[in-house]
Amino acid sequence: MSMKFEFPETCSEGAACGCAESDARPVAVAPAPTDVEHATVNVDPVEVGRRWFLKASAAFTTTILAPGVTLMAFGEADSAHAKPADQPVSAKQRWGLLIDAGKCEQGCKACVTACNEENGIATPKNLATDAQWIRTLQVKNPENGSTFQMPFMCQHCSEPPCVDVCPTGASFRRADGIVLVDRHICIGCRYCMMACPYKARSFVHEPLHDQKPEVPRGKGCVESCTMCVHRVDEGGTPACVEACAKTGNAAMIFGDLHDPNSEIAKRIATYRTTRVRADLGTDPGVFYQNI
Amino acid sequence: MAVAFLATVLASVVVVPPVVAEPPQPAKGRGDKCVMPTDWMRRNHMKGLIHHRREAVHEGIRTPTFDLNGCIDCHQVKGDDGKPVKISSPKHFCRTCHDYAGVRLDCFECHASRPEQKTETTTGQLERSPHHHTGLPGHGGEGDVAALNRYLEGAGK
Amino acid sequence: MMARITFQKLDDHSSFFWGLLAIHAVVIALGLGAFLYMEHHGHIVTGMNNAIVWGTPHVFAVFLIVAASGALNVASISSVFNNLAYKPFARLSGILAISLLIGGLMVLVLDLGRPERLTVAMTTYNFKSIFAWNIYLYTGFVVIVAAYLFTMMDRSMSKSGAATKTMGWFAFVWRLALTTGTGSIFGFLVAREAYDTALMAPLFIAASFLYGLAFTVLVLLTVCRETRTNLMSEEMIEKFRGLMIIFALSVLYFTAVKHLTSLYAAEHHGVEAFILWNGGIYTASFWLGHVLIGNVLPIVILAFLAGENKVLTGRTGIAISSVLALVGGLAFMYVTIIGGQAYPLDLLPGMEVESSFLDGVVASYTPTLPEVLLGIAGVSVAMLVTGLALKVMPFLPRAAQPE
Ligand code: SF4
Ligand code: SF4
Repeated sequence: MSMKFEFPETCSEGAACGCAESDARPVAVAPAPTDVEHATVNVDPVEVGRRWFLKASAAFTTTILAPGVTLMAFGEADSAHAKPADQPVSAKQRWGLLIDAGKCEQGCKACVTACNEENGIATPKNLATDAQWIRTLQVKNPENGSTFQMPFMCQHCSEPPCVDVCPTGASFRRADGIVLVDRHICIGCRYCMMACPYKARSFVHEPLHDQKPEVPRGKGCVESCTMCVHRVDEGGTPACVEACAKTGNAAMIFGDLHDPNSEIAKRIATYRTTRVRADLGTDPGVFYQNI
Repeated sequence: MAVAFLATVLASVVVVPPVVAEPPQPAKGRGDKCVMPTDWMRRNHMKGLIHHRREAVHEGIRTPTFDLNGCIDCHQVKGDDGKPVKISSPKHFCRTCHDYAGVRLDCFECHASRPEQKTETTTGQLERSPHHHTGLPGHGGEGDVAALNRYLEGAGK
Repeated sequence: MMARITFQKLDDHSSFFWGLLAIHAVVIALGLGAFLYMEHHGHIVTGMNNAIVWGTPHVFAVFLIVAASGALNVASISSVFNNLAYKPFARLSGILAISLLIGGLMVLVLDLGRPERLTVAMTTYNFKSIFAWNIYLYTGFVVIVAAYLFTMMDRSMSKSGAATKTMGWFAFVWRLALTTGTGSIFGFLVAREAYDTALMAPLFIAASFLYGLAFTVLVLLTVCRETRTNLMSEEMIEKFRGLMIIFALSVLYFTAVKHLTSLYAAEHHGVEAFILWNGGIYTASFWLGHVLIGNVLPIVILAFLAGENKVLTGRTGIAISSVLALVGGLAFMYVTIIGGQAYPLDLLPGMEVESSFLDGVVASYTPTLPEVLLGIAGVSVAMLVTGLALKVMPFLPRAAQPE
């Protein structure tokens, strides 16, 4: 009886578990929606309804010019993606974001605040050394003086330079497109930060305390936006997207780029989108409109 | 049976040094059973954690059995202020044994050493985490051993 | 045919020798203290930040690693290119190469965010990473040069010379790969405009020749003093003088080519202007440090001011030039490594960008004492290892060959 509790021999390594990789497992199949309430939790339906109505009526006039887009950022695409906890993520999905800079309200920092709160990141005091997973870029076109604001974070490249250069393999791209740092393996060499074309990463310069249970972070390692992987794995949306929707601006949507029926894929198929520094060939998973 | 006995003897030799001070009394978890038999946990909890860590971080497999947050939640020890203590307290579940055995652990440089405090701002997150802290097979009574074996067999393939 | 070369250990210890070793030991102790301090408080106590992620330690580390491969030159010239005049110094050049590499690697490792995980770095590899490749190149270098030294020093092997020659070739090729690899650490960073050129590798190779030779010459002059004998004949000084001029000229040449080709591409105008014209400390490091002190002055001194019947003796001239070349080398690393990071990334070409993460502005960086100490400790480690090696094994030739 007790034999059965022994771990298989292959699984006794220290740094990297030697257990058989996911190839031996059944391929994850897209499960039926199990827990629809995930998607809308945290959001007061009445409040959202009201804002949505206001926003929708405001947007109605523009809708005539640019028709066909619903403003509900979280809703259908997201509620269906919760996978069984014991199944590995699969390449059938590629999580991505679509950000409409045209809807991003000047001065709004809801996404940044939500990210900090969700991930236990202190509001940055030292702007040069404190971690910032997401920030808003203030952009100005020097030719005509026009300005706009856009949220900016790890672009979750599918050809990520950070992963290519990392000597230990701590930086990796999950099968579903989310780029992460395995901080158990990261030695803190910062080569990934040199390599990232988007300045998306932060190095933890000081000892940390009181981290969130779902978001371990610590001194001496590099970190960046995780696309709220702990929420996504449970069928949720990233905190920034949720917060943006709550403001009524709904400038960000999250979803599966590979699912042609998802809101995000439909929009990308319909409108002109841009990816930042697409010329570098990194194939980012974050798309922008109106930049 | 013999193997089990041998394992127990070995475990006791390893875990309990002769004479010395009182053996540690780590806090009991909630519920009547741990996710694994106590003997097994004494010797192998780190294997379970490392295995889980690899799968959770790289593949998004977030089964509750060896989720560190599950251990931390179930085995929380309340301090004088009525809140669960952090790793800085010698009463912390992990520390009672690790101090005794003189094995340094650095998990909590990064990981939270106590369950999230239920405050206004975090209710959303707590609501949103249905898999954690509740659905542990160890607390489900029947079927847990079967679930564990499935888990381990799956891991071995 | 030259007379048989005999070798010696340093066994007659002057207080000068002990004094030097003691100074290096103290610097190393300070460096280790700095490391513990940084390790305890985190990198917040350095000047490094999320924009300048590699700072002074990397300036020293890369400098030492580059110099290490260059220090092997003298040995290569003697075994690979069969130039007997250099043979007496081949052993010294080998051991110096190993020491410099050790010094550089130590700095690199002690600057890691999680240095205690070094075992992870050595057991978990990402084969796509040029950085991981470098780990092989570095360990391989130490092993190969050690084997090369063995073929030189083992009586039976050195007699035929065939083994030495083979290993010499091998070490020579390896050192080129090593410097190429080090240069490529930067060359591979497509996003950083300052490094976005294939000329990084040849520039680093040329620089390695210069710094390696400068270290070799300085160590030789120091041990001349210690052994109170003249290890370098005037003829040898002349040869080193010629070599150093050529190396400095080639560094200048590749520097010029790199910046000219970069200027040719319009997208790089910003970063070129930054380095060459309005980058403050970085512009100064480039023109004053790298170009003037590191290359032009040594060339002027060696070509026009030093030698027979000139202002300076050849010996003094080459000593001064070596020091200048090394100072210039540090300046070169500073512009390359730190200047290259200070210039902001171009997130949205054609637009002006600002943010709380300091996008769009030149990053500021002020080195702090601990990181400088750690860097200097790397140099001291290299020198201490060399000094002790010279004491325990016969790496040094006996007095200079008669002319
Ligand atoms: S944006 Fe930077 S950190 Fe994120 S995946 Fe791309 S290269 Fe890596
Ligand atoms: S800092 Fe960590 S994640 Fe980044 S390259 Fe180094 S080991 Fe990889």
